[in-house]
Amino acid sequence: MKSLAELEEIRKKALDKINIRKENNGVRIVVGMATCGIAAGARPVMNTIVEELKKRNINDVTVTMTGCIGVCRLEPIVEVLDPDGSRVTYVNMTPEKAQHIVSEHIVNGRICLDYTIGEVEKKEKSKA
Amino acid sequence: MQIYRSHVLVCGGTGCTSSNSEKIIKEFEVQLSKEKIDNEVKVVKTGCFGLCAQGPVVVVYPEGAMYTMVKVEDVKDIVSEHLVKGRIVKRLLPKDNMDIDKDDASLEKVEFFKKQVRIALRNCGVINPEDIDEYIAFDGYKALGKVLTEMTPDQVIDSVKKSGLRGRGGGGFPTGLKWEFTAKSQNQQKYVLCNADEGDPGAFMDRSVLEGDPHSVIEAMTIAGYAVGASQGYIYVRAEYPIAVKRLQIAIKQAKEYGLLGNNIFDSGFSFDLEIRLGAGAFVCGEETALMTSIEGKRGEPRPRPPFPAVKGLWQKPTLLNNVETYANIPVIFLKGAEWFASIGTAKSKGTKVFALGGKINNTGLVEVPMGTTMREVIYEIGGGIPNGKKFKAAQTGGPSGGCIPASHIDVPIDYDSLIELGSMMGSGGLIVMDEDNCMVDIAKFFLEFTVDESCGKCPPCRIGTKRMLEILERITDGKGEEGDIEKLEILAKNIKASALCGLGQTAPNPVLSTLRYFRNEYEAHVKDKKCLAGVCKSLMRYVIQPDACKKCGICARNCPVNCIEGDKTKAYVIDQEKCIKCGTCMEKCPFKAIFKNA
Repeated sequence: MKSLAELEEIRKKALDKINIRKENNGVRIVVGMATCGIAAGARPVMNTIVEELKKRNINDVTVTMTGCIGVCRLEPIVEVLDPDGSRVTYVNMTPEKAQHIVSEHIVNGRICLDYTIGEVEKKEKSKA
Repeated sequence: MQIYRSHVLVCGGTGCTSSNSEKIIKEFEVQLSKEKIDNEVKVVKTGCFGLCAQGPVVVVYPEGAMYTMVKVEDVKDIVSEHLVKGRIVKRLLPKDNMDIDKDDASLEKVEFFKKQVRIALRNCGVINPEDIDEYIAFDGYKALGKVLTEMTPDQVIDSVKKSGLRGRGGGGFPTGLKWEFTAKSQNQQKYVLCNADEGDPGAFMDRSVLEGDPHSVIEAMTIAGYAVGASQGYIYVRAEYPIAVKRLQIAIKQAKEYGLLGNNIFDSGFSFDLEIRLGAGAFVCGEETALMTSIEGKRGEPRPRPPFPAVKGLWQKPTLLNNVETYANIPVIFLKGAEWFASIGTAKSKGTKVFALGGKINNTGLVEVPMGTTMREVIYEIGGGIPNGKKFKAAQTGGPSGGCIPASHIDVPIDYDSLIELGSMMGSGGLIVMDEDNCMVDIAKFFLEFTVDESCGKCPPCRIGTKRMLEILERITDGKGEEGDIEKLEILAKNIKASALCGLGQTAPNPVLSTLRYFRNEYEAHVKDKKCLAGVCKSLMRYVIQPDACKKCGICARNCPVNCIEGDKTKAYVIDQEKCIKCGTCMEKCPFKAIFKNA
């Protein structure tokens, strides 16, 4: 070990290993992972979100799972919870849409309206 | 690098290992691969969480959900429910946390952790102690880097002095002063030692630090070496701590590979090397001069002071000796500042103290609280109170060198000075809780038995004096106490305190003196009335069958191992007191609760 900078280098690399265990007060992304969610393909959606966040070096976002919210027909469901308490519910997720949410909603702070439960419901109703 | 969406932390401390955590780790690996999520979830063996009574403990991140008393069969549920479906397995949450919703399942919400401030235990149960990278990720070795590249040895000592840190091993001597004395001694060769010969019955915080966060001790010793001008350190750890020894060995090896031990650390020109020395289990080797004699390869016996170790210590060279918990605080002082550290605690006792809770308490385990926390908060709010609704009688602190604090002082803020005022001492932090069923004379006898056993025999006051005290106590608890015995105990205690060679001998009478101070009536009851008020001392108590409550079923007589209960269907059963061995089986078996313990 020659310098503090060298130590910092190791620390940064090691942080990826343990970040999940640090207290996080930032945004939480919750993926519905009950039987309905898993059957509809929630697992690849969740893994995509985790990978996308890592790719962009975003460390203050927690990705976690939850049970069935009740609207099983709209699974996989992903919710983005802001520290201020606001919540956006995305439905009918796919890995591609999940990528989009990370780049638009998480990085740029623009809600992907098209995927939200309100919009999807509206479209379904107009079809009917 | 493999990305994991979830981490499963399993406690690998001694407590949880003995309740099968190794098998649980293996089972997790099996179940995860069965569910094909072994590439998404990582299993980490970590150090002690402190909630040893409810071990083995498993924590699942990112939720931070804590599962307790996990059995191998439960692993399948945690994997299929929590890790696959995201449903917390509620039946495995800690007891005081059962009916909360899943967002609140994290360990910070558990009553046991809420009041704690973890400085010395900051990484225990958080990192994998066998991976130096995880320690570095939590700012490990940053303090060392800062010290070696930005500070002079004098500034380092100054910071430790300003922090107000005092020795956590027993006496509570100001750590900064100790460092200063050693630094001022002129010599080519000096040594830095770590006392990891934790011997007080009931105390195990040093073991937990070594098992859960060995690098913090290595980092602190290196800082100490720089401050006092020593290039060699030894960690004296008892051989009864195999897991701690193994993790220390791994940690030292990793630190050497990273160049954090060895030559020219951080390109500062400072070199430091560290070795482990194993103790053979003698209690006296926790005394500083005996410890050094033992490292030198001789029989572990204390020697008179002065000269103090700071002047003439190991191999007659100036030596700095601190205990494990003291060292574990050092890196944080440099990361967060001496002022920050000094802002925690009371006027003369700064920072936190780790206590090992044991005895009659619900949450047996390790807790770390700011100095000045009251005994009531520790026992009732963190410790979960006393089992079976019994009444608190006293708490024993400081092990065989300490004393008892009675219920009347339960609201006194705990720090070094308040405990001494009460006739006890901080010691290493063992805290044994006693309820109404404990006999204080018996407790004093227990600790004296320990001291007599462990006395090294070098000086007569300790070798002979404590033995005589024990004989008197045995007489008293046997119902053969004589008028004047209590006074004899007091004289002996005073003389031993004044004349024994080392700290252990000088403090050996403390358990007797402090119980005499607060519970003299119990001693008197034993001697004069031949009664043990708590019903512990067998020779002083009888089991009696209440004739009018006896239904003459004969169950007691059938279960009595020495056949000393007589009677038949026509008259109530009677215990023959001559033959009775006071095992209590009859009282336990009586379906009508007609048998009483009569003190």
